[in-house]
Amino acid sequence: MNLSNKRFILKTLVAATALAGFGGAALAQEAPKSIRIGWAIAKTGINAGGTSVTTAPNYKLWVKEINDAGGIMLKAYNKRVPLEVIEYDDRSSTEEAVRATERLITQDKVDFVLPPWSTGSNLAVGPTYEKHKYPLLAATSVTDKAPDLVKRWKHAFFFLGTGGEYAEDLVAMLEKAKKEGKINNKIAMINIADGFGVELANATRKAAKLHGFELVYDKSYPIGTQDMTPVINEAKGKGADTFVAYSYPPDTMLINEQAKTLGLTPKVFFTGVGTQFPMFKGKFGAAAEGVMAPGGIDASNPQMQAYLKRFKEVTGQESDRFASPIVYTSLQMLQQSIERVGKIDRAAVTQELKTGTFETVLGTIKLENQQLTKLWHVGQWQNGEFNAIAPTTRAGAKAAVIPRVTP
Amino acid sequence: MNFIDILLAGAMLGGLYGLVAMGLTLQYGVARIMNLSYGEFLIAPAFLAFFAVSGWGISPLLLMLLVIPLGFAVQWLIYQLLLTPLVRRAKGGPSLEVDSILATFGMLFVVQGIMLVSFGGDYHSYTYLSDTLEILGSKVAANRMLVLVVALVLGGGLYLLLTRTRAGAVVRAVAVAPQFAHLVGINVRSTAALAYGLGGALIAVCGVMVSMFLPFSASMGTMFAMKALIVVIMGGVGNLMGCLVAGMLLGFSETLVASFIDPGLTLAVNYAVFLLVLLFKPTGLFGRAAR
Repeated sequence: MNLSNKRFILKTLVAATALAGFGGAALAQEAPKSIRIGWAIAKTGINAGGTSVTTAPNYKLWVKEINDAGGIMLKAYNKRVPLEVIEYDDRSSTEEAVRATERLITQDKVDFVLPPWSTGSNLAVGPTYEKHKYPLLAATSVTDKAPDLVKRWKHAFFFLGTGGEYAEDLVAMLEKAKKEGKINNKIAMINIADGFGVELANATRKAAKLHGFELVYDKSYPIGTQDMTPVINEAKGKGADTFVAYSYPPDTMLINEQAKTLGLTPKVFFTGVGTQFPMFKGKFGAAAEGVMAPGGIDASNPQMQAYLKRFKEVTGQESDRFASPIVYTSLQMLQQSIERVGKIDRAAVTQELKTGTFETVLGTIKLENQQLTKLWHVGQWQNGEFNAIAPTTRAGAKAAVIPRVTP
Repeated sequence: MNFIDILLAGAMLGGLYGLVAMGLTLQYGVARIMNLSYGEFLIAPAFLAFFAVSGWGISPLLLMLLVIPLGFAVQWLIYQLLLTPLVRRAKGGPSLEVDSILATFGMLFVVQGIMLVSFGGDYHSYTYLSDTLEILGSKVAANRMLVLVVALVLGGGLYLLLTRTRAGAVVRAVAVAPQFAHLVGINVRSTAALAYGLGGALIAVCGVMVSMFLPFSASMGTMFAMKALIVVIMGGVGNLMGCLVAGMLLGFSETLVASFIDPGLTLAVNYAVFLLVLLFKPTGLFGRAAR
């Protein structure tokens, strides 16, 4: 090989490199290969139970549906872009959730982060989302602080309302039953001693006073309680027609089972998270009938029907009848926002979430002040479905069955 | 809440606590292995019971026939394969305790991981024997009553076995003086393996019993291990009667506080009783003066 030949090769190489560089610049205008979605959720630890019922299957369903359709349509590139998932286990620790969120944003450079399950975890990761200006779709967070938080957190969205709303609607419904002579004015209430239980119990105390109810039994119990016998036996002797328990899934099961064996049969029986889970119906069968709890669905809504069916097909399990459709709603809103913006522009997507109107499994939705307000606050197992019964005035609400007919 | 209610509720909760801790007291007290994966091996048979009942319609009591030898075999094998090298290395010294904590801590994650992958993080629960029994005018759940009976039978039976038989004396010798037991012709390692396996059988029984009335998930094992540890230390390490008595003490104090003061204080009273016992009897209720 002579010198000129070598020079020719060199020139060609230079030219090729320049072309490649130029080509690279041109490629920047092309659509991204994927939209990177990250989440740090509890795959292990105390929150794993709630996460695997309410949060994880919806994330899975959402990603599958979008990718089966070829991805999210980004109109800026006129192309469908599939989702790419980066997942971490926060081991039910809020510190770990914060760390993993930070890592997703700064190191993995994901385009959007989906939040963990539970009120506490959502509030813990809130500041991290805010710092990096990522929208936080807090779909499993019930907190009275939501109206204040949205003033500080411009990128946070709350989908599950405030504890006050649940308590108020429950007690308002009870008052109606009281006026109709179906129940007396006594309530026995217990709550789990953590954020959720304490907040709802406080709100119920206020609402009970307002609506002329007397709390004849009002106690809290610690997380991990394995026997409710003393509580149930005490509540039984107080002559209350209404029993309210703000509980978490394991204690919800325990309370219902022990109430059955110990013969606590009030006219209104209300338990907390877990009552709306498919496991509850699976375990108690006919004995689930008439039990009330937060949430509920309007099963006659065809979009909801379609969602429940798809959920079961894809995840192999039944959806819960409380926060699960809400989580899915928040994902539908995210997807529609991205599509309307047409590219990965978090500021614009956040703005769209704030102001847009969305078609979801709950029907047509528009957030008010970064919060979802079109919610069901009380539901009841009726003929094998967990129907929404309050707010009583909203279309789709079924009439409450009071007194509960214990089978 | 009347006297009989409290008596029964306290005894049943105490029986549960005692039962949960019995296996650990054998494993820790005799084999000197602080088994941190204890809770996971309690949850695993609970899953087995769940699938047996809901999938194949087998009674959990019948399942015991399979679960007891299985629990024994699994833990015996773990001792032989995984823990024996540690025992050999420690030569009866205190490093065994630290090494076994680290080894079983790792095992905790392996077992929990396998369960999470196979069964998911969901809560599981089924209904079995949840009928109401009337005892002296007080209503109790049959499955919880059964736990009390099983705890008393197992605890009492094993206690008699350990104190009245030759094999029991051998086991106690290993528990009390593992360094010297071989001088009188005892095979320390195989006795320890036997005790460890026996502990495994007890955990398995307990897992199946618990699944009858407590909802459980793959990640709940640690909670049971914690409770068991408190009961074991309170009762005196390696003492089966101590387990039952300490369990009862906790069960009754929880029930009394929940009934008369506030259910919110049950956790606090748990630790208060634990502290009090340790303050006055540092080796536990039935503990030996020195080890």
